[in-house]
Amino acid sequence: MKAGIVVFPGINRERDMAIALERSSGVKPRMIWHKETDLSGIDLVVIPGGFSFGDYLRCGAMAARSPVMRAIQDHAARGGYILGVCNGFQILTEAGMLPGALLRNASLRFLSMDCHLRVERADTTFTARYQRGQTFRAVMAHGDGNYIADTDTLDRLEGGNLIAFRYADAAGEATPDANRNGSARAIAGIYSPNLRVLGLMPHPEDLVDPLMGGADGKPLFDALAAA
Amino acid sequence: MKATVTVMLKTGVLDPQGKAIAHALGTLGFTGVNDVRAGKVIELDLTETDPGKARAAAEDMARKLLANGVIESFRVAVE
Repeated sequence: MKAGIVVFPGINRERDMAIALERSSGVKPRMIWHKETDLSGIDLVVIPGGFSFGDYLRCGAMAARSPVMRAIQDHAARGGYILGVCNGFQILTEAGMLPGALLRNASLRFLSMDCHLRVERADTTFTARYQRGQTFRAVMAHGDGNYIADTDTLDRLEGGNLIAFRYADAAGEATPDANRNGSARAIAGIYSPNLRVLGLMPHPEDLVDPLMGGADGKPLFDALAAA
Repeated sequence: MKATVTVMLKTGVLDPQGKAIAHALGTLGFTGVNDVRAGKVIELDLTETDPGKARAAAEDMARKLLANGVIESFRVAVE
């Protein structure tokens, strides 16, 4: 599918995301400046990581109210695909497109390290190239990744099978030690009810080539390219 | 009119910054601090001269941007 990457001032992971998308699809994604409002021809909108608008007020708060977001809301309403990674996930929650919020990491420390993600379901367009219950390595680089939502929302996410990934150890156990940022129910990523919007904190685009130290994230982009 | 919006994390939402401040106060020898909560104060200089309308406008701004209702509560003072 044809991808576009949204670029806000302060975003810094758009080029890594472009490499990952192009590597799997063979097509250069379109870069979408935050003041643009025309997303025609785009099947997949990707909101990459970084520090949009300097994380002023709250992470993602300013970006969530910028002109392009209205077009992204319309894209979602049409059933379009959206992937938000790290700051992109924060922006999607701030925009109300995914439930919950991302708080400061429980340790108060910026976490820059590998983690393992357990694939909670492999029947979505994003995870079709993974196996359910499989873990894969991804890179965390965030100060505010501590997922929180009220109990009803968490129950609804679990009941609706909308949790995409959980922090786990390499063997796939969601242990407290593996949940470094303190996220509720070890949630690392969630889907919208129609499974077309995915937000997650760790960076699958950081591992798409053996030269990067692994290709654990590549199946996600391969699956999107094939859809 | 001037409106002051105070934004705090909701009760029950873990406030790691407040905890860190409490810890640092303890390190400095301040005893008797049961708990610390950290928040934000946002001052708005409004052209509106009617206190009721100024308050309503500030509350609308808080709901739509200044506070995230998922994790934060707010209160508005107008003067």
